[in-house]
Amino acid sequence: MKIGVITYPGTLDDRDAQRAVRLAGGTPVPLWHADDSLKGVDAVVLPGGFSYGDYLRCGAIAAKAPATQEVVRLAKQGLPVLGICNGFQVLVESHLLPGGLIRNEHQHFICRDQKLIVENNKTAWTNLFEEGQEITIPLKNGEGGYIASDETLKMLEAENRVVFRYSEVNPNGSMNDIAGLTNERGNVVGLMPHPEHAVEPGFGPDTEIAMRSGVDGLKFFQSVLKALVNA
Amino acid sequence: MPKIIVEIMPKQDLLDPQGKAVANALHRSGHNEITNVRIGKRIELHFDRAITQGDLDAAKEIASSFLSNDVIEDVVAITKED
Repeated sequence: MKIGVITYPGTLDDRDAQRAVRLAGGTPVPLWHADDSLKGVDAVVLPGGFSYGDYLRCGAIAAKAPATQEVVRLAKQGLPVLGICNGFQVLVESHLLPGGLIRNEHQHFICRDQKLIVENNKTAWTNLFEEGQEITIPLKNGEGGYIASDETLKMLEAENRVVFRYSEVNPNGSMNDIAGLTNERGNVVGLMPHPEHAVEPGFGPDTEIAMRSGVDGLKFFQSVLKALVNA
Repeated sequence: MPKIIVEIMPKQDLLDPQGKAVANALHRSGHNEITNVRIGKRIELHFDRAITQGDLDAAKEIASSFLSNDVIEDVVAITKED
């Protein structure tokens, strides 16, 4: 299975995302923002970073890139898409997911191992988790405060489209403790924390068993491979 | 040079961290008469010919669909300068 990872000018975590795909058993395909072909990949990851230097608004210019326009077109036909951090901001700016992301409450850049609750395990990227499972995924961002209108929040809750919620602490003032969302169909998922940084023992978050042994992020990439095999 | 000026502000009920930081600094330097500061954006669209009504209509569309995000910001003014 081929999983594309788009690199924009200013992207940071594209290589980590490619490595996560490889560790999960998939074949990573590097994609370039200016190409309008996704090279026939089976799924796409929009990685973290600061695309276009966060000019205008985080993710706003990347949303207009030729590769993103193709992602938007194919996502509407069911292509699995995962947006991580800046990738989540790109999904929101491309209107694949509703709402917006603003500067963290208290204005601090936050970098920590963050506990999340998996609220929806029916998506292409979360089907290997248990509903209600607590996982630990590194979080690192300055503009991760999720906001939406009351109407949108009600709709997201009613349709079970909140995929991840912050557990124990809300690090950035996100409404309803929202850490990640999905679209109506469940093929597009966006979240602020970085699953690609929790995929290999020795490099992940600390767990009760051993330091840096957390690999909860690997299941995101294994989930999409399973979803593709079953599709 | 003819230009269209688009002014964008963060929504009134949203925290504007930049404005808050500047207000705090002003208060520290004694300007306690200033009760609040809010910071927005001014974007200039330049033309090498006279601006038409069509250009203004297009600017309005660009302002709402790309230059601002209506979840977090408001377009407060679109003006023309010859």
